[in-house]
Amino acid sequence: MKKLVALLAAPILLAGCGGSEQPPAATAGAGQSVTGEVTVFAAASLTETFTQLGKDFEAANPGAKVKFNFGGSSALAQQINQGAPVDVFASASPANMKQVAETGSVTFVKNKLRIAVGKGNPHKIATLADVLNPEIKLALCAEQVPCGATAKKAFEVAKLTPKPVTLEQDVKATLTKVKLGEVDAALVYKTDVAAATKDVDGVDFPEAAQAINDYPIVTLPKTRNATGGKAFMDFILSDKGRQVLTKAGFDTP
Amino acid sequence: MRAVRARVPVVLLIPAFIGLAFLVLPMAGLVIRAPWATLVDQLATAEVGEALRLSLICATSATVICLVLGVPLAWMLARTELPGRRIARAFVTVPLVLPPVVGGVALLLVFGRRGVLGQYLDSWFGVSLPFTTAGVIVAEAFVAMPFLVIAVEGALRGADSRFEEAAATLGASRWTAFRRVTLPTVAPGIAAGAVLCWARALGEFGATITFAGNYPGTTQTMPLAVYLALEQDPDSATVLSLVLLVVSIVILVSLRDRWIGARA
Repeated sequence: MKKLVALLAAPILLAGCGGSEQPPAATAGAGQSVTGEVTVFAAASLTETFTQLGKDFEAANPGAKVKFNFGGSSALAQQINQGAPVDVFASASPANMKQVAETGSVTFVKNKLRIAVGKGNPHKIATLADVLNPEIKLALCAEQVPCGATAKKAFEVAKLTPKPVTLEQDVKATLTKVKLGEVDAALVYKTDVAAATKDVDGVDFPEAAQAINDYPIVTLPKTRNATGGKAFMDFILSDKGRQVLTKAGFDTP
Repeated sequence: MRAVRARVPVVLLIPAFIGLAFLVLPMAGLVIRAPWATLVDQLATAEVGEALRLSLICATSATVICLVLGVPLAWMLARTELPGRRIARAFVTVPLVLPPVVGGVALLLVFGRRGVLGQYLDSWFGVSLPFTTAGVIVAEAFVAMPFLVIAVEGALRGADSRFEEAAATLGASRWTAFRRVTLPTVAPGIAAGAVLCWARALGEFGATITFAGNYPGTTQTMPLAVYLALEQDPDSATVLSLVLLVVSIVILVSLRDRWIGARA
């Protein structure tokens, strides 16, 4: 046991010597043209649209390269707060945005929930109450991620208590369980259903209107590529950006 | 002996200690950053107890399954000349290097409701493994079994097979010889393998969340609880991680002394 303590203590002493990692100094981008790498952290539900918009942005700015990290908004917020190098953050919820930036964010789209069901809706799900049927296996996002928080709100509005078989870590993982046929229904965003029409159908429900997600976007203050980050955010907010987003099923704020 | 020790080259010692620090430092970090003030309250929550209980039950069940299936498998690999044995050994080691998420996907495709076997389990018996505690155990057994098989096979290869032959000449059947002679000989190897297997099962994350999903009380083991806690409350994730670390260290250290220490 004494040895164990010694082993544990040695690295603790070493830890005192290690300097904290400094991000490289922001490049002094004096010119107007956008060059270099723009790192964008975006909610999983933005995967398809932002990938498309990233390509469009690169085409419009030949010197620029957009790098994405898609995931659950809360996980992304954690990564940013732990010092991940990032220029732009697009979150699926204002709460996760607040963890990263108190001010400066702009709501750029809104998203609504739909019930994702197997192709042809084999269980004839028509209302939110139908997913409570004990015969139906339901997947929800965990409450810790925005799609889960929104789903919870929708069930509260409908005064229903869901009995999911699983609480998944992000919206794409939730949808995948429907695509694989492991569950019969899942509450995901309208846009995710739209991006997966090959494998799933979507069912609208009225309570969704009272549980809407705002998506804020921000250029981070400690950014490495300030010009690039700002330009990408402007591009998302531009008419061209809105066009791609609304086509995918997002609503404008 | 002292003369030899004095000549230990510093060139080796320095990277060795850096290597050790690299492995121990993250664990020390957990201890340093743990929110000690609220630790007791965080531990007392029902969810933590539930996840820990489920973790222990599932890891232990998976280890039992691995013992029942893995020891004979190791024996087959070590002591028989069945055709395809080399290929079988290669397959046994695959889950060791396979990313656990891939293991989870593979399990889904076989045992899932639409899976190769799962569709029949579902339509004939109404049994569906995903989203059940049994599914967690299957996922854990899948990733942990190689640890047991490899340890036991190594022990079998190292053991002297003449005792088995002697037992056979004295009239013992092959099964009796295995039970009365082989098993006791390799018992320390089996224990070592079982401990490794249990520890691996306890830490299983990727295959579990992919195959069994995540639901508190049914499939949410400690690693899954840690991951989701990190999404919202890093402090509670730290506490959960600390619990898992302590449980693993206590079990590994105590079992190593009691069962394996003599031989190691």
